[in-house]
Parts: sequence; C-alpha cells; structure tokens
Amino acid sequence: MEVEGAMSSTFHSVAEIIADTGQIPFEEITPDSHTINDLEIDSLDFLDIVFAIDKTFGIKIPLETWTKDINEGQASSDKYFIMSNLCARVDELIAAKAA
Amino acid sequence: MRLEYFKMIDEVLALSTDEQSLVARSKVPRKSPVFEGHFPGYPLMPGVLLIEAMAQASGFLIMALNEFSLLPLLISVDEAKLRKPVEPESELIIEAWVEHAGSGFSVMKAQVLHDGSQACKGTIKMKTMPFPNEELHRHIMTSAEDAGLLALEV
Repeated sequence: MEVEGAMSSTFHSVAEIIADTGQIPFEEITPDSHTINDLEIDSLDFLDIVFAIDKTFGIKIPLETWTKDINEGQASSDKYFIMSNLCARVDELIAAKAA
Repeated sequence: MRLEYFKMIDEVLALSTDEQSLVARSKVPRKSPVFEGHFPGYPLMPGVLLIEAMAQASGFLIMALNEFSLLPLLISVDEAKLRKPVEPESELIIEAWVEHAGSGFSVMKAQVLHDGSQACKGTIKMKTMPFPNEELHRHIMTSAEDAGLLALEV
C-alpha cells in the first residue's frame, strides 16, 4: 500500500522505531500491519515503542485511554494498532500539539 | 536499610515537583542475612539491591508526583552499570528523576552515589496502576511518612 504526504514521513519514523525496538525487519512493516497480531509486539516492547514515539514527536500517546476504549468495547484494537491508523493517531496528536 | 525486608530508602532528603526529581539517603547495615551469602568473608551489597534502591526512589518520586494515587511497578531496567563495590555501613545517596512521563508508564533515570562518586546508575521503567487494595496503600503511605516524604510534599 502506498503511503502519502505527512503520513509517509510519520509512517517511516514509526516503522523505524518498531523495527529497531521490536527487532523486526523494516520491510515487513506495512501500513496494513497490526502491531500486535501481525508484528507480534508484546505489551512491554509496545511501551518502549510508545516511549520512542512520544520522544520523537514530542507528544504523549494516551495509551491508557486507548486500552480502556478497547477493553470497554468502545473501539476495536484496529483503530489504534494497525500501522496506518496508529500513524494517523500520531499525526492527530502532533496537530493538536501545534494548534 | 533493611535488606531482608527490601526497605532500601532510609530518608528522602529532597523532592522537586518542578524538576521532577528526588534525593534520598540510606545506610547499608553492618549486618544482614544477605551478607551471609553475598559473600562469605567478603560482605558486599548485592548489585540487584542497588538497582532496587534506584527503583524505590523512582517509585517514591512517581507516587509523590501523582498524589499517591497510583502504584508504580518496575517493568524494565536498562543500561544499568554497577561501577564499584559497596560495603556494609556505606552511606549512600540515591537520586531519581523523570526522563519521560508517559500514559500509564514513566521512564526514570537514577543513580546511587557513594563517597561522592557514582556506584550505580540506570534507566528504570515503571508502569503505574491503581492500588490493588487499601492495605498496600496504607503500607506505602506509612513508608512514605517514615522516610519523611510526606513532610516534603508541596
């Protein structure tokens, strides 16, 4: 899947973080990849990834809220953990910070 | 310090909510069952307990910054270095500060100083969760009070 514009930049950065932290080949990470189901990132490694994303973009991913939403059935895990969606959420947080 | 009870912090000397940092002191006991095995004839403070001291100082700091509403649990220790042996009766200064306050987790930097130089340092990651019961919350509050942390709170 092609990734365009700002998303391309975010996707590249997030995929690099995931490849580095999760020791996953970069080329295996696609916009359709589910970070947990496909890339098999466990919760501890995911915290490292969130930390790196927070630091890279100067944001604070609301992981507790996301987890609560999923556990309470308010959202599917796809909304937050499929790469293209994760990057869209990151872009939203970057935009909110700049506003 | 009471090593066999995992009581690693004697006193919190300073707390800064602005700088998100904490300084504590502890004295390694002269005697402890721990030294019977570590090591016979050559008692040394186990490195893992120095790391535990950094974790407890980090935990006190996280709790103080969150009005003691959250329980921090150690989930990872990264880049730890144990630079020199620490003997019984050593006076230690333990410093911790927040590297990053994430959502549901904190990344902390910490170090243990002995005789003015670094004995141990590391990056401590802790996740935070609600206290599982009131008994533990009471125990933590008593420990914080005994260490003088509550008197320092601003």
